[in-house]
Amino acid sequence: MMSMVSERHGVLAKENLQRLLDTLSAKGYRIVGPIVRDGSVVWETIQSVSELPTGWRDHQEPARYRLEQTRSGEIFGVVHGPQSLKPFVFVPREPLLQIERTKDGFAARQMIPQLEKVAVIGARACDLAGLTIQDRIFLNDAYRDPYYAARREGLFVIAVNCARALSTCFCASMETGPRAKTGFDLALTEVDDRLLIEAGSEAGFDLLADLSLSPAPQKLLDEAATRVDACGHSQVRRLERSRLPQALYDAHEHPRWDDVAGRCLACTNCTMVCPTCFCHAVEETPTLDHQQTAHVRLWDSCFTQEHGYIHGKNIRPTIKDRYRMWLTHKLASWIDQFGMSGCVGCGRCITWCPVGIDLTEELPALMMPGGRSSVIGQQGEST
Amino acid sequence: MVNAYAIHPATIVEKIREAEDINTYRLRLIDEQARQQFRFQAGQFNMVYLFGVGEVAISIVSDPDEPELLDHTIRAVGRITKAIADLRTSDVLGIRGPFGQGWPLEEARGRNVVIVTGGLGCAPVVGAIEYIFRRREQYGSIKILHGVKTPHDLLYRERFDSWRRFPDTEVLLTSDQPDKSWNYHVGVVTELFELVSIDRLKSIVLMCGPEIMMRLGVPILIRRGIPAAAIYVSLERHMECGIGLCGHCQMGPYFVCKDGPVMRYDRVAQWLGRVGV
Repeated sequence: MMSMVSERHGVLAKENLQRLLDTLSAKGYRIVGPIVRDGSVVWETIQSVSELPTGWRDHQEPARYRLEQTRSGEIFGVVHGPQSLKPFVFVPREPLLQIERTKDGFAARQMIPQLEKVAVIGARACDLAGLTIQDRIFLNDAYRDPYYAARREGLFVIAVNCARALSTCFCASMETGPRAKTGFDLALTEVDDRLLIEAGSEAGFDLLADLSLSPAPQKLLDEAATRVDACGHSQVRRLERSRLPQALYDAHEHPRWDDVAGRCLACTNCTMVCPTCFCHAVEETPTLDHQQTAHVRLWDSCFTQEHGYIHGKNIRPTIKDRYRMWLTHKLASWIDQFGMSGCVGCGRCITWCPVGIDLTEELPALMMPGGRSSVIGQQGEST
Repeated sequence: MVNAYAIHPATIVEKIREAEDINTYRLRLIDEQARQQFRFQAGQFNMVYLFGVGEVAISIVSDPDEPELLDHTIRAVGRITKAIADLRTSDVLGIRGPFGQGWPLEEARGRNVVIVTGGLGCAPVVGAIEYIFRRREQYGSIKILHGVKTPHDLLYRERFDSWRRFPDTEVLLTSDQPDKSWNYHVGVVTELFELVSIDRLKSIVLMCGPEIMMRLGVPILIRRGIPAAAIYVSLERHMECGIGLCGHCQMGPYFVCKDGPVMRYDRVAQWLGRVGV
């Protein structure tokens, strides 16, 4: 067992992190890392470790995101920005087909993306959990999505184990973090001036071998584990899942939905930052002369008016309907559909909600008595 | 790898006017391989595409025994369907599909079949009815109950007439806003339940129409002793992908495009009529 551990782990002085990036570049990877831009941390293509947000920390609270510069040499002091890994595989705008008018009608060309090797550094355990869910949605069904599959194939994920929790984090109660358990190629833990590197895939093992690192001493492994565990224990938010999904289905008529609907702006922010939301619309974008058209997949949100539209009627006309749809889907019907929760505990929906709606607060309120039991067929309905 | 988003051009070989704003388009896939591979079950739907305009989910009306010709009855109600209404024979539409779960015609074999439809809701069941009549001896009695708002809304008039000529078959039509030309019943479709005998143990019910028709109609059947598990409903939701990915058509834990549109009533009962679901 001990030899297994030493094979899986290596140690790299932080000042040598550039070697990891260079090795990936040499293997043909475009490297994407977190950088500070416009007051938040976003993923960008980087060449150098110097572009990473060393010395920055993020502070997140409901409706509040602030970056702070510290004197520390922490490279990965920022936990996460608004983006998860989702935009790398399920992209916000995906041309599906390019269609051209012909004399007999039209000809459609499938726009499957070229394989591109992209190495993302700095993903968190919650992001990996989100990616696992997206894989389940886009790759594991009768129709494997070829667009997602092509992007997924080229993705190399370098995770970072969290040593600091945000006030909005609740991955520990969702059992998705703070340690990256699966779904990564490499996982880093920043321990003072060293990086503990763990391989999690064949590609990760290969890279580790190419770096020819010194083996990680047990003391470093222990220290890294202690810090990550402490991060989990420090989380102040949690989600009680034991009665889901039924309790949420039963809460369909709970007055709390009116309460939260009074605050929700239906702005769609929560769904845009969510690592698992997969709703999309398909849009047609013809050229002015109408000889060509692109058939494009765009992120959509269940908070929009159009989302629940059918001819002559909107299935979810009110913000109450839409917030209920979102939360019930995320925490309840998602489990029925995919056998897993649609929430990974990243807390982004809390931070990026402009009015600070917090699902870890809404869920317990909805579980409190106060709702009427839902009686089928007795509610009014416009037809 | 099957790309479910791939669209195949199909020629309109015939456009049949059903009513002022409703046409049936008989489509033939242009690509021979696509045409030969296309097989469907009655009750499934296609995404029908108009170049430069977009796609809309439309059930396949035609007979699954003749899969090389695909009939879609389309009412001009929205941006896309109104543009489709301007098309003529030999124009080209796009097709991708078939998607979803069709009617349980195997399970219905040997049983009496009661078909309850309202308005354009008769369209998704037409293929099933044709399928059954091609194998008339394999099914028990057939009762077709169809309701329309005005006589103007009655589609497939000749088909209803031809179906009633089959043995052991009843066809009952009703209109709740009839005019002088109407020779059938007056009232809503659920009132027809009083006019037919339904063997509660041997029957299977196929139902399609406005959701309120099913929500109000099914409990009447259940009170008459028909098990909820013997009642199938075809549902309507907004669909953009057809394969349970775009998220729009959710109803409780189901994706109507993938788990439906035909669903066993007992599985959806708790979601039908729930506001905002």
